[in-house]
Amino acid sequence: MTGSSTNGASRDGYGRALLRLADDPNVVVLEADLGKSTKSCYFRSEYPNRTVSLGIAEQNMMLVAAGMASSGKIPFASTFAIFTERAFEQIRNGIARTGLTVHICGSHGGIHTGSDGSSAQSIEALAIYRTMPGMTVLHPCDDISAEELTYQLRELDGPSYMRTARNKTVRIYDHSRISSLKIGRGSVLRNGGDVAIIACGVMVEQSLQAASDLCEDGIECTVIDMHTIKPLDTALIDRLSVDCGCFVSVEDHSVVGGLGSTIAEWISQHRPVPLEMVGVDDRFGESGDSSALMELLGITAGDISEAVKKCVNRKNPT
Amino acid sequence: MTNAARSGHPGGSLSAIDLMVALYGTNLRFNPIDPNWGDRDRFILSKGHASPAMYSLLFQIGVLSEEDIMTFRKMGSACQGHVDMSWTSGVDFSAGSLGMGLSFGLGCAIAAKMDSSERKVWVMLGDGEIQEGQIWEAAMAATYHNATNLKVIVDRNRIQNDDFIDVQMEVGDVASKFSAFGWEVREVDGHDMSAIVEVLDWATDFQGDPVCIIAHTTKGKGVSFMEDNPSFHGKAPTDEELEIALEELA
Repeated sequence: MTGSSTNGASRDGYGRALLRLADDPNVVVLEADLGKSTKSCYFRSEYPNRTVSLGIAEQNMMLVAAGMASSGKIPFASTFAIFTERAFEQIRNGIARTGLTVHICGSHGGIHTGSDGSSAQSIEALAIYRTMPGMTVLHPCDDISAEELTYQLRELDGPSYMRTARNKTVRIYDHSRISSLKIGRGSVLRNGGDVAIIACGVMVEQSLQAASDLCEDGIECTVIDMHTIKPLDTALIDRLSVDCGCFVSVEDHSVVGGLGSTIAEWISQHRPVPLEMVGVDDRFGESGDSSALMELLGITAGDISEAVKKCVNRKNPT
Repeated sequence: MTNAARSGHPGGSLSAIDLMVALYGTNLRFNPIDPNWGDRDRFILSKGHASPAMYSLLFQIGVLSEEDIMTFRKMGSACQGHVDMSWTSGVDFSAGSLGMGLSFGLGCAIAAKMDSSERKVWVMLGDGEIQEGQIWEAAMAATYHNATNLKVIVDRNRIQNDDFIDVQMEVGDVASKFSAFGWEVREVDGHDMSAIVEVLDWATDFQGDPVCIIAHTTKGKGVSFMEDNPSFHGKAPTDEELEIALEELA
């Protein structure tokens, strides 16, 4: 599925998908002053009468979205991931609890966000939103998959949260085969029998790099783009437990409650096998460029390779 | 209802009930045979702890059964502790967390305008509730979005959970605050039925701005030992108290 060599940011894919979704007259877009950042601005410029600008007031935006959903609209509400967290209880009580179909997008997820510093680097959102019953939680790895997954939300009956990234990374997908991507189904990007690397977001690129490096050392990795954190593709995890026998989870997110935790919760109760987690250890980020921060916080391809070796050794102790 | 449940919020239900009966009896466009009719006016009980008032009203108009209301707060009941649209036909909002209903109502109002519908959205707020900052986010947004179909009633009973509002954190001149946000405001005695109907008629017809009616009410209205008594915000009457209360209300 790898193909194009150009780069893309997942937030751009979100913005492009909104334009495609506009065919449904019930689709509306809600903004909290950051449409130019989340890329809902594409929709706003084409469909100003179906865009509701709510200013810097995220709590209000979430309940306005819920009210519109209760009246037959299909709202897509976006702001920075970190500012959706300000409205946690509004989303919990006003959207998730009611099961209303409101699609929330939090952009600028992770420490990859960079120089704005730790106040803007949401490292909790995936953990927070997957605690909510009925909430679909997505974190695509590039613009093409973000566009496809956002477009597929038109068929979802219930609330969702999508985390997108600010910066461009290498495109993992190309348009010709993107329709095989499905919400709730992990995407197999590479096959190998020694370990399964389960990644999401900008770390998919790093994971493919690590798998390529490890191949030279004779370690064969499966690499999964687990763009859907909830519901977790447990059938795939079960199969990989057998086929590979150990996992490395990789995320630009806190290891507390994120993708790694999601996998740990499943395998520890069903098919216990070794798991190593690559993610942001229980700490905040700081200002800096993305690559320097990834080095600092230990989420580079090199860190993934180290984790893989450790995990394979745990599987096959000498 | 609260006596049978051994819990609930009688005080704020009794302060609100005259207003709600007046609204449902005169200006609210709804169909008790089809409570989920898509183009109905919405009634958002943001102070969702006044659920006994909502359920009593829905019982009186035939939407809820006696069994429904007498199982209030019991497991599986259509009458959840706080009003909940997922559990009760005729309820337009899932409340329980104060400060959210005005935003939800604004969303309903914007959607109605997008649909070119005449439907209106009525939101009842508690006066303690307006301490929540989200109320003022919504109040500001409502005028910007020209939500002239949005009608708020503030149940100004001057008591919140722990004590009188002026002891806890006075909310001050509520009329001036809504006026400052660009709302058209009227004040009314929330237990004078003819005055209530008059102001509801005015609010229904008024088209210039969002409308806020500040209804001066008495918490626990009609029951001597509950009136103006903060302890009956969230406490059910005992069997003996129920007997006295029903006698007084009759």
